[in-house]
Amino acid sequence: MATEATGAEHAAETGGLVFHPMDQFIVKPLFGGDTIAWYTPTNVTLWMAIAILVIFGLLVMGSSRRAIVPSRMQSIAEMAYGFIHKMVEDICGKDGLKFFPYVMTLFMFIVTANFLGLIPMSFTLTSHFAVTVVLALLVFLTVTIVGFVKHGTAFLGLFWVSSAPLGLRPVLAVIELISYFVRPVSHSIRLAGNLMAGHAVIKVFAGFAALTLVSPVSVLAITAMYGLELLVAFVQAYVFTILTCVYLKDALHPSH
Amino acid sequence: MATQTHDAAADMAHGAASGGTGMPQLDFTSFPNQIFWLAVTLVVIYLVLSRVALPRIGGILAERTGTITNDLAAAEDLKAKAVEAEEAYNKALNEARAEAQRIAAEARAEIQADLDDAIAKADAGIAEKVAESEKAIAEIRAGAIESIQAVAKDTTAEIVTALGFQADEAAVNGAVTDRMKG
Repeated sequence: MATEATGAEHAAETGGLVFHPMDQFIVKPLFGGDTIAWYTPTNVTLWMAIAILVIFGLLVMGSSRRAIVPSRMQSIAEMAYGFIHKMVEDICGKDGLKFFPYVMTLFMFIVTANFLGLIPMSFTLTSHFAVTVVLALLVFLTVTIVGFVKHGTAFLGLFWVSSAPLGLRPVLAVIELISYFVRPVSHSIRLAGNLMAGHAVIKVFAGFAALTLVSPVSVLAITAMYGLELLVAFVQAYVFTILTCVYLKDALHPSH
Repeated sequence: MATQTHDAAADMAHGAASGGTGMPQLDFTSFPNQIFWLAVTLVVIYLVLSRVALPRIGGILAERTGTITNDLAAAEDLKAKAVEAEEAYNKALNEARAEAQRIAAEARAEIQADLDDAIAKADAGIAEKVAESEKAIAEIRAGAIESIQAVAKDTTAEIVTALGFQADEAAVNGAVTDRMKG
């Protein structure tokens, strides 16, 4: 509401500049209507379906020929597979590989949603806290449950830093406990915040393009931001995935 | 200006109606919808990846590694065979060379023997011929001396007769023979 109000005031002052940087994130029903029930097909549904199709096309259709000498699509699919497989193996160890499909699912969903969000007029799934918080909570719950199932109460040793002096340990335990519970928050807000900010900044620059004098600068700025956003789209998916692996390693090998 | 203000006001009204807040991310009425569709999406992606895509790609990569390993092994094998073949070739070449030298030496020795034989035969023939010739020459020489003696005797006898003397055959012969020795 605050941004809408300032935007409107600004429009009134400069006569023509109208900023709606956040409108791109509004969830709308696909087939009209105002109410959004949990089952209503919305633009979220549409872009999730597109994400599924893209992932299916890349990883399933791309590898359907099973060529020893790969086509371009198959190369990309193999690269994605090798990238995440190596990441899981390097960070979590061999026993972490049973989580590989899970980590791969997260990575493919996030990276696809991030890049789809860069298509003009599209909807950025991963800019919504509803999505990223669920993803982060999934990781958090998985790590916690796997930790307790595999190690029982020994998993609590994660918070008891045995290498520190005895007097410091309770203090460290409190800090470790807090940082453990802050993980899903930072994990989710980092992803959504980065994407939302970048897309909003592009929209703001786009708003300035209405002024004849500023528009060349504006177009240049949008181009530059777009390049940066391409990088951010990949890096944020990478960061989310690698943190997932690091947290999983805590669950599999809780000793410091 | 008036219309734009009106638009802005309408936008404000719209924003207030749809979101109630500036950030659609914090519009909690859309949360159940997003979470439901996210869950569906994640389940679908997970099933597609874990059932189809990942085993297939893993299989392709393993197959490729296997193929490359096999190819490398085959290449190593062929290389060893090539080295072996080269060794065999070199060996055969050396043998052939030695054989050729042996045959050449043999041939040379044979030819030399033949040659020596022929030379010896030729020498023998020549010596024989020489001896024969010498004998013939000696004969001829002897014959010639005899003839000369006869002619000399006859001539002497004639000359003596022509001079008006009675030619004593014995004395003529003795004189001629005597002269011929000197």
